[in-house]
Amino acid sequence: MSFIAISGVDLIYGNQREGGNERGTLALADVSLAIERGAFVSIVGPSGCGKSTLLKLVAGLVAASRGEVRVAGAVVTRPLKIVGMAFQNASLLPWRSIAENVLLPLEIVEPYRSRFKQDRAKNRARVEELLGMVGLSGFAALLPWQLSGGMQQRAQLCRALIHEPEILLLDEPFAALDTFTREELWGALQTLYRNRRCTVILVTHELREAVYLSDTVHVMSARPGKVIATKAVDIARPRALDCTFRPDFVALVQELRHHIGMGKAS
Amino acid sequence: MSRRAIERLAPWVTTIALLVLWEVAVVVFHIESFILPSPVESFAAMYKYRVALWSNALSTLSTTLTGFAVAVAIGAALGILVGCSRLAYKALYPVLVGFNSIPKAALVPILVIWFGVGPLPSVITAFVLSFFPIVVNVAAGFAAMEPELLDVLRSLGATRLDIVRKIGIPRSLPYFFASLKIAITLSFVGSVISEIVAGNDGIGHVMLVAGSSFNVPLVFAALLVVGVMGIGMYAIFAAAERRMTSWSVRGVDYAIGG
Repeated sequence: MSFIAISGVDLIYGNQREGGNERGTLALADVSLAIERGAFVSIVGPSGCGKSTLLKLVAGLVAASRGEVRVAGAVVTRPLKIVGMAFQNASLLPWRSIAENVLLPLEIVEPYRSRFKQDRAKNRARVEELLGMVGLSGFAALLPWQLSGGMQQRAQLCRALIHEPEILLLDEPFAALDTFTREELWGALQTLYRNRRCTVILVTHELREAVYLSDTVHVMSARPGKVIATKAVDIARPRALDCTFRPDFVALVQELRHHIGMGKAS
Repeated sequence: MSRRAIERLAPWVTTIALLVLWEVAVVVFHIESFILPSPVESFAAMYKYRVALWSNALSTLSTTLTGFAVAVAIGAALGILVGCSRLAYKALYPVLVGFNSIPKAALVPILVIWFGVGPLPSVITAFVLSFFPIVVNVAAGFAAMEPELLDVLRSLGATRLDIVRKIGIPRSLPYFFASLKIAITLSFVGSVISEIVAGNDGIGHVMLVAGSSFNVPLVFAALLVVGVMGIGMYAIFAAAERRMTSWSVRGVDYAIGG
């Protein structure tokens, strides 16, 4: 069985039980996905198709209205603690330095939580190591607003990984950045992924990003979202930005774009 | 003169200009001192009655600060409760709003019936007048928590207490301090009103006695004393605010890069 197994999931937002009949918005319809341990998977689709909802399902932040989500064989019924999340909005705590922001998960997740005081030096070293991987060495003591948007996103990725989660959930983390910064951050994320080897689910509407970073890309239709196509990316890692201009890369992006167009039409 | 020096002098200049305007108006329009005493007469009265004013000011200050301290404790606790629990919000908010709509001056006679004449009605009036803005602001600070941040913490398995401690309280600190500046001035309003209606000491009592004997310069002297105490307390909390929540102020002084 796959590490993450989503089977036959419907999700209805809104008052489901009001007056006994089901009302609300059908966000996901009969979604099934299987994701292997250590894979990097992207989910693309038109906006409002329930991509973000799918991430929340895997994290255990929302419950499926029908069907089930299993992680490592167990049905997800409440928030998993082996998850790191990052969003389009960096959502760093403005009163904490970058280092303290990155440390936040260690103050909450066991076993780090109970050892937080004793392990201060060790934790600092972990923060420095992560910040180094994304090119933020020397910025640890600054406050978030003193960093550019791209740098805040790098810090957010570090926060998502500090507690060594088995699953990294990324909800359009680079959507608010300019193209150059975004491409730099693809590199940073690839470095982190190659170092940590966790399972990554990336939600994005940027098809080049999806192809460049993933092993597998799933295409979702417009609401109610369901998976309408799945494409494997056979490009060896580490990938350099040059590969985004190769004919097979461009062809794959075109094919995905075609699928999304079909998904909208239906 | 540097821009900063001008900014520092500005409040003094406006205050003095206002006093001069007042003085000139009294002289030019021949206003009798039992109608509107000039600032000079008011300050003279302040000097003449300095002993009585001092001891009564201290008494007003202590009732005000006691009421204010209770308001901070109860206001912050209620604000946190209302801010982090939807149920508490639904249950308490209408009551709080209704309560806040009652004219507090009307409560003083009732408080006197319950607690007699003395400092207690003043303390309670100061409390009642000042706790509402604290509750509302602290709750607003909690409501300002970013939903993504809540998702991050919840996905880590954070308890509600974790969320309150790590995000809610720091996030609401700027709101809290902003409310303290409002609340401390309202506390003065509350204690002085209560002293005027039913006090046997305090600045409000001085004003009542002076007014009934047409010693209007003393009434104004007392008003000035209350004003000065209000400014002093405001300055203390403004300084505390700058110290505690410098992260929320992106002023030029703090910026180190572009």
